[in-house]
Amino acid sequence: MSSTESPVDPAEAAGGSPMLDLLSGFIIELRNAGLPVSLTENLDAMEAVKHIPLEDRETFKYALAATLVKNHSHWKAFEIVFEVFFALRGSEYDISDEDRFGDPADLDDDENGEAQGQGQSQGQGGGGGEALSPEQLAKMLLDALRKGDQAMMRALARQAVRRYAGMEPGRPVGGTYYLYRTLRNLDLDGMMDELMEQRRAEAPDGQLSQFDERLERDEFNIRMEQLKKEIEAEIRRMLVADRGVEAMSRTLRKPLPEDVDFMHATRDEMNSLRKAIYPLTRKLAARLARKRKYGRRGPLDFRKTVRTSLSYGGVPADPQFKFPRPHKPEIFVIADISGSVAAFARFTLHLVYAISSQFSKVRAFVFIDGLDEVTRFFDGVDDIGEAVHRVNTEADVVWVDGHSDYGHAFGVFWERYGKDVGPKTTVLILGDARNNYHASQSWIIKEIQSKARQVHWLNPEPKSYWDTGDSIVGEYTEYCDGVYEVRNLRQLEGFVEKLI
Amino acid sequence: MDPRFTDVGSVRADLDTANYLADDGIAGVVYLADRLGKPILVEGPAGTGKTQLAKSVAEITGARLIRLQCYEGLDEAKALYEWNYKKQLLRIQAERNSDVEWDAIEDDIFSEEFLLTRPLLEAIRAEEPVVLLIDEVDRVEIETEALLLEILSDYQVSIPEFGTIEAKQIPLVFLTSNNTRELSEALKRRCLYLHIDYPEMEREKQIVLNKVPDISENLADQVARIVRSIRQLELKKAPSVSETIDWARTLVLLGIDQVDAETATETVNILLKYQSDIAKAIKEFAQSDEFSG
Repeated sequence: MSSTESPVDPAEAAGGSPMLDLLSGFIIELRNAGLPVSLTENLDAMEAVKHIPLEDRETFKYALAATLVKNHSHWKAFEIVFEVFFALRGSEYDISDEDRFGDPADLDDDENGEAQGQGQSQGQGGGGGEALSPEQLAKMLLDALRKGDQAMMRALARQAVRRYAGMEPGRPVGGTYYLYRTLRNLDLDGMMDELMEQRRAEAPDGQLSQFDERLERDEFNIRMEQLKKEIEAEIRRMLVADRGVEAMSRTLRKPLPEDVDFMHATRDEMNSLRKAIYPLTRKLAARLARKRKYGRRGPLDFRKTVRTSLSYGGVPADPQFKFPRPHKPEIFVIADISGSVAAFARFTLHLVYAISSQFSKVRAFVFIDGLDEVTRFFDGVDDIGEAVHRVNTEADVVWVDGHSDYGHAFGVFWERYGKDVGPKTTVLILGDARNNYHASQSWIIKEIQSKARQVHWLNPEPKSYWDTGDSIVGEYTEYCDGVYEVRNLRQLEGFVEKLI
Repeated sequence: MDPRFTDVGSVRADLDTANYLADDGIAGVVYLADRLGKPILVEGPAGTGKTQLAKSVAEITGARLIRLQCYEGLDEAKALYEWNYKKQLLRIQAERNSDVEWDAIEDDIFSEEFLLTRPLLEAIRAEEPVVLLIDEVDRVEIETEALLLEILSDYQVSIPEFGTIEAKQIPLVFLTSNNTRELSEALKRRCLYLHIDYPEMEREKQIVLNKVPDISENLADQVARIVRSIRQLELKKAPSVSETIDWARTLVLLGIDQVDAETATETVNILLKYQSDIAKAIKEFAQSDEFSG
């Protein structure tokens, strides 16, 4: 805060005040999205925008990010809030141009006006102002994709959205619907084939080597992704224009990666979770190792102190402490891998194996209505993700019909592996305890508890759903040392840390 | 004090001359750090040029680079300052026979003469412009981070026996982190945050062209493309920029000007360091064969 007092020239200060209002609105929005923005950071951001030319949207964005976002995994959330919040205020957006939903006749003027307004960012791209036929649009798009012409792609994305998304003011559908409609009309797969075809024709002998083919395909895939992003952004901008900033930031608010619910994650979110788990496990392992190393000062060992005091003539000059022997538990993970909870089981297995050096032994069992030990998949593997994948595809877990039957699965466990459970064993059971109205066989858990050190149950369902419908988690709870709601990475991390 | 840069563009152009290709984000944050007088916390995967950024900024501003390499167990005596005990002892012994008051001696031995400066204090006391680089700050324990807080927010160091030493000029401070652990809020709050990721393909190509003499544009392009494809796989450790450069150098030395699946398979061990990663990449190269064949 010390450096916030710097000379401000009057022109800046005069123009600054509405800007500051805008900024504080923006910061409130960020906090609503779950980003931790402190007061100091708020002040820094206000100071920072004084030094940044506002016409330069990108730099402006980076300046705000540098002062407000201190964790890279929050970047995406920041970006969305930024796009929504400054959607109508960017230099390329004149409010007068925002009358997007007017009749098609004034579309053209609209386009021209923008094309001029956008100057450098759009380049010659906006030149295609006149209404294009679908064929022309497709051809230009193909061209832009082939050349990787970003400005052109942006302009065409805008055109495509107008033409195909069929947006109507006030219609209560989400952006994904419009995105789907636009993409369906553009037929990107067809374009991909065509692009590859062209590339092959251009190659010297009319044939690409397979390796080149692959590279070209990657290249086009990335350009297509860019195009999709442009289209998404355009839809978002139009929705904001229609419904207002407030409503849109509410609907677009996405949970941060560590708060994404396992049970309801979309495919994209799953991917980002999978990426998030590597650094998470690494950090957790480092933290636990440190805890083990330093958290070892025990209470005074009275007997030992007296004994050593004899060598000082009875003066307890050298107090002795007990060093608690850190126990290394054996972990048995018993995971339900049926349908909806599979993702949760996958992440937990991943995490447990990643920190397996903290345990003396880890054994993993998976079940649906039958049960199989899968420890072998992890033996000597250094790619945990691969092993977890094999668990999900190769383990023999179906007994009758492939619907969860906790009772039977526990029965099999008890029969085959029950004797291995000992006083050093910590048993983790993962699942939602939705038993399809089979018998619970909870006596097995009771037996396990009496032999094992601890039994924990992790349930990926929200607590309020427990014991509703066919969920019988309550029957097992009685015999568990703890039952935890673990719906996202944050909770999972918290639990694993507590385990040690 | 005068700002070092006039605008964002000039930062970028200057860095260019120092052979560091910055993107908008990097240049913007460096510019802002100078204007606001705040440290920059640079995070990102290993080998993306975080340390190099500090070095290049030092080079273009004509400042001396003072570097503090962090490690587990780093303490005050290594980071901030230390009293020169031997010299103090000698001094006390020398005064033993004279009748100087103890108070006077005490004042004397806790003066600047007996102070050994360590990197942080040195950066503060420097007369000439300096760039302070605190490298791999995530390696120190969370308690040790507290040592840095005073210097980062107020550019001063308090020494109990001596008083507070304030900076003669505000140095540009870079902290780098490989993100092996979460840094404390207090530290993050005091810094501007910059995440340097693997560069975009175009930028990486330029970097390769810049750093590898005699490479053809075509080969550089191919190298950048292949590396980008490899980074999309799920790997334990994705290839860093420096590994890309090494690979490009190797290819040039081998006299290759067209990379095909075979050469890629043979030389991929320069890009990737884990056996499982290499196997995965090779499998991927091979797959692209049957894919269209």
